[in-house]
Amino acid sequence: MADQMKIRAQLHGDVADVKILIFHPMETGLRKDGVTGQLVPMHFIQTLTATHNGKTVLEAQWSQAVSKNPFLNFRVRGAKPGDKIMVGWVDNRGDKASIEATLN
Amino acid sequence: MRRSVLRAAAVAMATAILRPLQLLAGQWNKAAFDAKVVTDALKGIGVTAMEDSDRILLKAPEIAENGAIVPLEIASQIPGTQAIYILVDKNPQPLTAVFEFANGAEAFVATRIKMNESSMVRILARAGGKFYATMREVKVTIGGCGA
Repeated sequence: MADQMKIRAQLHGDVADVKILIFHPMETGLRKDGVTGQLVPMHFIQTLTATHNGKTVLEAQWSQAVSKNPFLNFRVRGAKPGDKIMVGWVDNRGDKASIEATLN
Repeated sequence: MRRSVLRAAAVAMATAILRPLQLLAGQWNKAAFDAKVVTDALKGIGVTAMEDSDRILLKAPEIAENGAIVPLEIASQIPGTQAIYILVDKNPQPLTAVFEFANGAEAFVATRIKMNESSMVRILARAGGKFYATMREVKVTIGGCGA
C-alpha cells in the first residue's frame, strides 16, 4: 500500500529525521459535496504508530482537523545506518496502511 | 486521619498516572476528541492542573491565509517530555492531535492542521505526570473545516 504513503528518513549523526506524507481525504464531516450538496461523511486517520527496529517510538492520535493528505515530521535518537523505521495508520473506517524505510 | 489523607493522595496519583498509560495502548481517546470545548477536552486528556512554560517552542504562522493547511512545528525542551498535545480553542472539536514519544523519539513534531477561524492554538506537553502549556493566536483568513 506504498501508494498511500511516502516516507523519507535521513540520518543526521545519530538522529533519524523522518518525514511522512499520507494520501488521505481527512474528511471532517462538515464539508458539502460540490455536486450533490450532501455532507461528506467523516473519514479520517485516528491512530498512527511509528517504530524504530520494531520498537515503538511514536504513537499519535488524530482528529479530523489534521489537514488533508497529512504531513508528519518526527525525530528518533540513537539511530544508525541499516536501522528500519516503520509507520502505520488506521482510520475511523478501519482502513490501514504502513510503509518502511531503511536508514542509510 | 493522616492515613486517609495519604490514601486519597495515593488514589489521586494513581489515577493521574494511569490515564496517560491508557493512551499508550494505541487507543483513540474518543471522550477527549469529541469534546466541544477546551475544558472538556482537557478533562478527557486527564489534565487537572497545568503550568505555563516557555520551554515549549511553537512555530506557527501569525496569519494563515488558508485555514485548511496551517503548518505547526513543536518542540518541548522540558526534560522527560512524554507527550505533546495540540488544541485549537475555536475549532468544533478543539483537540486536534496527541503525540506520545518513547524509546529515543525526540519531543518534536511538525504537522499541518485545519483551523475553522482565528483562534488560540494551545500546545501541552506532559512530563513526569505533569502538564505544561503554551499558546499562540493564529489568525485565519479563510476557514478550513468545511473545506
